Amino acid sequence: MSDTHNAPVIAADGTPLKARLARALFRRKLDAFLLVSPLLVFLLVFFLAPIGWFLSKGFHDDLFSTEMPNTSAVLADWDGTTEPTEAHYAALVTDLVETRKTRTIGKVATRVNRELSGSRSLFTSTARKAAKMEAPFKDALIKTKKDWGEIAVWQAMKAASRTFTIGYYANALDRRQLADGSVVAQPEERRIHVKLLIRTLEISFQVTLYCLLLGYPIAYLLATLPNRTSNLLMILVLLPFWTSILVRTTAWIAMLQSQGVLNDVFVFLGVTPDEARFSLIYNKLGTLIAMTHILLPFMVLPLYSVMKGIPPSYVRAAKSLGATNWTAFWRVYAPQTVPGIGAGAILVFIVAIGYYITPALVGGQDGQMISNFIDFHMRRSLNWNLAAALGTVLLLVVLTLYWVYDRVVGIDNMKLG
Amino acid sequence: MKLKQLAFGVATAITAVSAAQAAESITVVSWGGAYTKSQVEAYHKPWMAETGNTIISEDYNGGLSEVKSQVEAGNVKWNVLDVEYSDAVRGCDEGLLEPIDHSILPAAPDGTAAIDDFIEGALPECAVSNIVWSTIFAYDTTKTSGVEGIADFFDLEKFPGKRGIRKNPKANLEMALMADGVAAGDVYDMLETPEGIDRAFAKLDSIKSEVVWWEAGAQPPQLLADGEVIMTTAYNGRIFNAAAGEGQPFEVNWDGQILDFDLWVIPKGAPNMEATLDFIAFSTDTQRLADQASWIAYGPARKSSGALVGLYNDGKTEMAPHMPTAEANLGNALVNNFEFWADNQDELNERFNAWLAL
Repeated sequence: MSDTHNAPVIAADGTPLKARLARALFRRKLDAFLLVSPLLVFLLVFFLAPIGWFLSKGFHDDLFSTEMPNTSAVLADWDGTTEPTEAHYAALVTDLVETRKTRTIGKVATRVNRELSGSRSLFTSTARKAAKMEAPFKDALIKTKKDWGEIAVWQAMKAASRTFTIGYYANALDRRQLADGSVVAQPEERRIHVKLLIRTLEISFQVTLYCLLLGYPIAYLLATLPNRTSNLLMILVLLPFWTSILVRTTAWIAMLQSQGVLNDVFVFLGVTPDEARFSLIYNKLGTLIAMTHILLPFMVLPLYSVMKGIPPSYVRAAKSLGATNWTAFWRVYAPQTVPGIGAGAILVFIVAIGYYITPALVGGQDGQMISNFIDFHMRRSLNWNLAAALGTVLLLVVLTLYWVYDRVVGIDNMKLG
Repeated sequence: MKLKQLAFGVATAITAVSAAQAAESITVVSWGGAYTKSQVEAYHKPWMAETGNTIISEDYNGGLSEVKSQVEAGNVKWNVLDVEYSDAVRGCDEGLLEPIDHSILPAAPDGTAAIDDFIEGALPECAVSNIVWSTIFAYDTTKTSGVEGIADFFDLEKFPGKRGIRKNPKANLEMALMADGVAAGDVYDMLETPEGIDRAFAKLDSIKSEVVWWEAGAQPPQLLADGEVIMTTAYNGRIFNAAAGEGQPFEVNWDGQILDFDLWVIPKGAPNMEATLDFIAFSTDTQRLADQASWIAYGPARKSSGALVGLYNDGKTEMAPHMPTAEANLGNALVNNFEFWADNQDELNERFNAWLAL
């Protein structure tokens, strides 16, 4: 009896059952993995890899060190404070001649110009003459442009020659890195990114709040009305959801601009004189109104699906036990909708934080958000490194908030339907 | 009989298709609206008629970002694009644009070589200028009158109401200084100093609360027409077209105007190089540049075209007085200093953005 208890269970072909089971499970897992692998590869190739590559641009910039190899080599040994020697100047001239030939001097000049504004033409104009220069190069360069004697130019080049740099992150947080590596605050009139980030969070928070205030009654109505009516109302929620963001945003422009529908009505009703129409758009108010409208369905839909699942008998039971309408709602109904509020709020907030088309169109000057500046650096200033750093900062902020949310509310409490 | 006709038709169609395949197609990118229309009428249509090639016309809003993306991805779709001076120089230095051999440009009718016929500075290494345009300010004469000069644009007490300004420091800083009493010749010297920049921003600050910012060239005439602003800075040709073409009561004030070139450039590695260069040479010859001036009030970049500029396409408006380069309009004018902007645009954009957003 005890023998059979301890002996391994053998399958029909003589192998232990445990091994067979493990093999079968492994095959099942492999099948499952093969099924999801196309999606996995797709995500890796088209989502994670480009994002990772782009994020790396925020701290990795090898433009100067690749294009100006000789100068970078001598700068690596330079302490950043003593007078540069003839060897430094000679290396610089060699690189200038070469970059002029390969037409990359402009990229180098733009890169150094980010460290020291106004130095761009120093590089491009000197490079045009560099091929004809003769030793001693120090005198030749300083004779061409006396700025080459300035230590600040060399410090800027040293900063640009760092392949791994925290300079862009420093800039994204309104700081800058000095030649000796220390980080200090930007001058007052160039500090913008931190304030913008705070404004972005503030706008997103407000939009979330307004969406909740407007969306909760709508969802409640949809969940409690008879099906026929609620389906009809649901279409009214979904129809704008299916309409292009651009169309909805420009519709708000037509509504809110100073010669727009709303102001015309106000003037007609005598609420305001014709000369002093309200500024409802091209400012923060415009951004808030348009974004709240556009993001409302993200709040209504999760709330609706959660409310739909709450049995009406609970509230009836509360009332039959003597609760007032308000108590029944607040103590019995509302707590059950918390998962819906959590889901709606986090959806709206996270979508809002990265919004940029709507603020770009209706935000004017004080309704701009951080994404508008990422866009600016991508498309206008072509400073993709700074755009990458700003993007990473935004991503980290979102992840931190998500973590905080998880600790406070608990992500398991979220319910999308 | 019917069958025969049909067969004939099919045969013609096939010939037409194969002929079309032999012809080339190039993509020309410009700023849209009235400006692109003037180019289509004066350059594209005659060139297509002459060569049998086709042009795909696209619009953009300036800047080199699309070119950078296309060149770096090795997938260049655009053949020719119309850029501002600082972008032409910067793109050339950064290897984003093809150098253009200026000897391919046709000589003037009197035999003057193209290099001498173009206005000084109009032929940087990678580009060929087509027009001289200008940033001016304009207003609606039915609502505003008695405007004297650029100082009035910045005077909210004398002329209360909204102002339209381009969302870019370029031209605005210069205009602010000129409105503050700085002579045109001293503007860039002053902007080289921190005090000068502070002074320009302080002047802009004095009207900041009343500014509506625009980005595309077609917006300012619209803002004026809608009554959203009482005065706006604008590209002079856009205002002229709204006034002469659409009968809007707009007037240009030339005091403190800032002159600039627009140029054709070719992204590095663009396809159909031969047809592309042929288009650039064709569109910038003396006659074509003069023709364009009858569609929009921008001055031709060739000296020899000046004499050929005639009437606006309505057949009655004389174009010459509406050119930014007309003698009467140059009283207090400034030529945009591209070197200054190429050097300082990063810092000034940053500061402008910070000033704007906060």
